[in-house]
Amino acid sequence: MPLYSEKVMDHFRNPRNVGVIEDADGVGEVGNAKCGDIMKIYLKIDDDVITDVKFETFGCGSAIASSSMATELIKGKPVAEAMELTNKAVAEALDGLPDYKMHCSVLAEEAIKNALDDYYEKKAKKAGQPDKTEQ
Amino acid sequence: MNIYADNAATTKMSRAAVEAMLPYMEDYYGNPSSLYSFGQRAREAVESARKSIAECIGADPRGIVFTSGGSEADNQAILSAAALGKKNGKTHIISDEIEHHAVLHTLKKLEREGFRVTYLPVHSDGVVRTEELEAAIREDTCLVTVMYANNEIGTLQPVREIGKICRERKILFHTDAVQAVGHLPIDVESEYIDMLSASAHKFHGPKGTGFLYARKGIRLTNLIEGGAQERGRRAGTENVPGIMGMAAALAESVRDMEENAKRAAALRDRLIKGLAAIPHSALNGDPIKRLPSNVSFCFEGIEGESLLLLLDDKGICASSGSACTSGSLDPSHVLLAIGRVHDVAHGSLRLTLGDDATEEQVDYIIQSVKDVVEYLRGFSPVWRDLCAGKAQFIL
Repeated sequence: MPLYSEKVMDHFRNPRNVGVIEDADGVGEVGNAKCGDIMKIYLKIDDDVITDVKFETFGCGSAIASSSMATELIKGKPVAEAMELTNKAVAEALDGLPDYKMHCSVLAEEAIKNALDDYYEKKAKKAGQPDKTEQ
Repeated sequence: MNIYADNAATTKMSRAAVEAMLPYMEDYYGNPSSLYSFGQRAREAVESARKSIAECIGADPRGIVFTSGGSEADNQAILSAAALGKKNGKTHIISDEIEHHAVLHTLKKLEREGFRVTYLPVHSDGVVRTEELEAAIREDTCLVTVMYANNEIGTLQPVREIGKICRERKILFHTDAVQAVGHLPIDVESEYIDMLSASAHKFHGPKGTGFLYARKGIRLTNLIEGGAQERGRRAGTENVPGIMGMAAALAESVRDMEENAKRAAALRDRLIKGLAAIPHSALNGDPIKRLPSNVSFCFEGIEGESLLLLLDDKGICASSGSACTSGSLDPSHVLLAIGRVHDVAHGSLRLTLGDDATEEQVDYIIQSVKDVVEYLRGFSPVWRDLCAGKAQFIL
């Protein structure tokens, strides 16, 4: 039996939404090189809708595939909906991950929430209001 | 192009080994312990294999105990020396930081039972220093266990010097020679080796077969009870086909050793030179004191498992010491021991060439690794930060 599902391998080999958004409205970064996984998510948001998303990942096959799938799941979605994304949903969309790789999907969820938090913070600042970030 | 470059993991069986095994599966399948001549035919075969194997390492055939492989041999050697030491009130063992887990986990078990273990450092070149070994020896040291050649970074240890020190101090010396037997000339007498572990599938023999050599007079602790096979040192009906395959494979490996080693070393050096041209990369382990077929590198800014998967897509079988390939969170203890920090150790690659490797294959590997490393760095946030000067390059 192969280590990864065909879906994982597809998103690993042909990752969607790879890259950087220079004028991103929200940027999130989680993990550290010591543990072997870092994910960085860039969001472009108009009227509270995610119009574009890009990612960069340092990590194993499932980390790259999880980032790719997570970006696909939130692209074009309202931010409130993206905030509901769970690691389980990412793993399921990839037709499952090996148990010891589930933390990759957790990182993807966290990276996206991190980027959304950044967006809310920036938005609050722009409006000249105190930070109302929902944690 | 399909290239198997993971010969430190396992090797293809040689034709000679397969042919040596077949008669003992199909025709002479008798039990070597049976009295009748049909069984005794198998007995004779096993004893001739023992003699042939012993000759390959300059040993007395009576010192060869057939096991299920290198791990069992390591376990038995260390536990035997520990039992002998304990009897004499000696409970200190010296080893090093880059041993195989078959050695390290056995030592951990002994530590839980009250033994003290000193793990010698191996420095950035991956080699033990004999003066540090001498300094670590105590009144109650009963065993020194240092591997012949490392499985990950290929470095060779000063086995003869270590053996000599141990012999002078009357301390047992065991060496895990799993990566060396069949690839490097070994002579247990002139290298003062008291115990040695080997595994057949590392030198083109079958899996599930290996041997332990123990010098005459060393009483071995039985790990498996149940019969008088192997002169009471290892119960269980002998793996006759496996033993025959191992003997044939070893004889052939030793016969062709010089030629193979010379060829492999030239290809290895070509591969090292090619991979070293990748920016921010580094060879792991000493460039000269290493196995003729081992190439181990770290590449900054990428992770090893992704590298392996993409190389697999290009038809290259390789391995890595990254955490993600081991199922644990820490990268290889060997890479950490030679001073590679976590960030860099995750981006490691081990290529171990076979006897049939060609220059064309080596060049294909170099190009493939270059392409894959560049591709992965292209969307690595670590690499971006390094290039932007937000983090310092380590390599």
